[in-house]
Amino acid sequence: MIGVIDYDAGNLTSVSTALRFLEADFFVTRDPQELVRADKVIFPGVGEAVQAMGNLKHSGMDEGLREFAAGGKPFLGICLGSQILFDHSEERNVPCLGILPGRVLRFPADMGMKIPQIGWNTVDFKEDPLVSDLPGEASFYFVHSYYVKPANEDIVLGKSEYGIPFTAAVRRENVWATQFHPEKSGKPGLKILKNFINL
Amino acid sequence: MFQKRIVICLDVRDGKTTKGVKFKGNVDIGDPVEMAARYYEQGVDELVFYDITASAEQRGIMIDVVARVAERIFIPFCVGGGIRTLDDMKAVINAGAEKISINSAAVRTPALIEEGASHFGSQCIVLGMDAAADWEMPSGYRVVIDGGRKPTDWDMLDWAREAVRLGAGEIVLNSIDTDGVREGYELNATRLVSEAVSVPVVASGGAGVPAHLADVFKEGKADAALVASMVHYGDYSVNDIKIHLDREGIPVRKTW
Repeated sequence: MIGVIDYDAGNLTSVSTALRFLEADFFVTRDPQELVRADKVIFPGVGEAVQAMGNLKHSGMDEGLREFAAGGKPFLGICLGSQILFDHSEERNVPCLGILPGRVLRFPADMGMKIPQIGWNTVDFKEDPLVSDLPGEASFYFVHSYYVKPANEDIVLGKSEYGIPFTAAVRRENVWATQFHPEKSGKPGLKILKNFINL
Repeated sequence: MFQKRIVICLDVRDGKTTKGVKFKGNVDIGDPVEMAARYYEQGVDELVFYDITASAEQRGIMIDVVARVAERIFIPFCVGGGIRTLDDMKAVINAGAEKISINSAAVRTPALIEEGASHFGSQCIVLGMDAAADWEMPSGYRVVIDGGRKPTDWDMLDWAREAVRLGAGEIVLNSIDTDGVREGYELNATRLVSEAVSVPVVASGGAGVPAHLADVFKEGKADAALVASMVHYGDYSVNDIKIHLDREGIPVRKTW
């Protein structure tokens, strides 16, 4: 059973619809106590880091997520849910969950690209069960102004480029995270979710 | 590599896709849910649905269309038309749309952009802007509303900048002069807006052949291009357009 975390950071309809389409067993929760029922967690989110961290602390979900991630069961962060796994975000200088070591930086204004990045981009992945059997040259849908900079390059799972090279996906042990939205990235995105369901 | 987006636009009236041609009426051309599923399979990058239903009582039909589309396609889509309040926005987003587009309502009530952006994030709020050539305006283009019938006092560039300041995350620029005539986008207006704002600009109005998209990406500096008639009537597939753009050296999404 997959627990999908609701913390009022954007709308969960698209993640839920994709999981239903893939016939996954899942529940949506805002209660950290309920995470005991989950054998996997999806942590989505769009919006702003300060507000998101505030909401997580308010419900005690920040601790719940740290404990779940430490417990070794598969965990997938998406977009903002990927960024706030790290130690700190430049977005209004907010301390984040600290589940993964590293920082979240804003795309430089002078790199000659529109900010936010909105649209499809290719990603170069390392070999990993989360990204197995993807079509060649697959593209994924991104919407973001900030990107993650892991302290340790070893956890980089996918790289992309938007004006500058940036980290598009990470993995450390049982924790995976993607900056792009697999639930909005057509069949290659659904394949990633399917791979996560099958882990 | 970051790619230029091809966005297909479906006008929906009373739950049916319809297409209007300048100075002519509208004709129904199919079921929006089936059309969306077909274009998704063809590899379109994004869809936009404009609800042109005349009466407010029929609005529930559109929400139902949005919910059914969300179950069939797993790419972003935007919904516009008839959105005047935060509650209208909520209904569309909760039904599964990624973005909402506001046009005349944003001109009448600019705070709507701010409210929407603070509630859902800027990435959800698309400003639809209809512009008409007007030599009296500093940029050469005036913002018009109500489907082009009503001129406003806004210069195109001033309104684009103001909307971005208020929180619009993307601008769809529709040229009233080229809309529906399939002779190419308004390249000059598109370039002006794209260079004036930091957010992505989607060109709209006038696509008739794949070369028009190449023009608006290269000369118009658009980030995405909206098409309707040229694909709805079967003249071109999404793939035809992508093959042309790829040959022109414009990055497009090639596998889906």
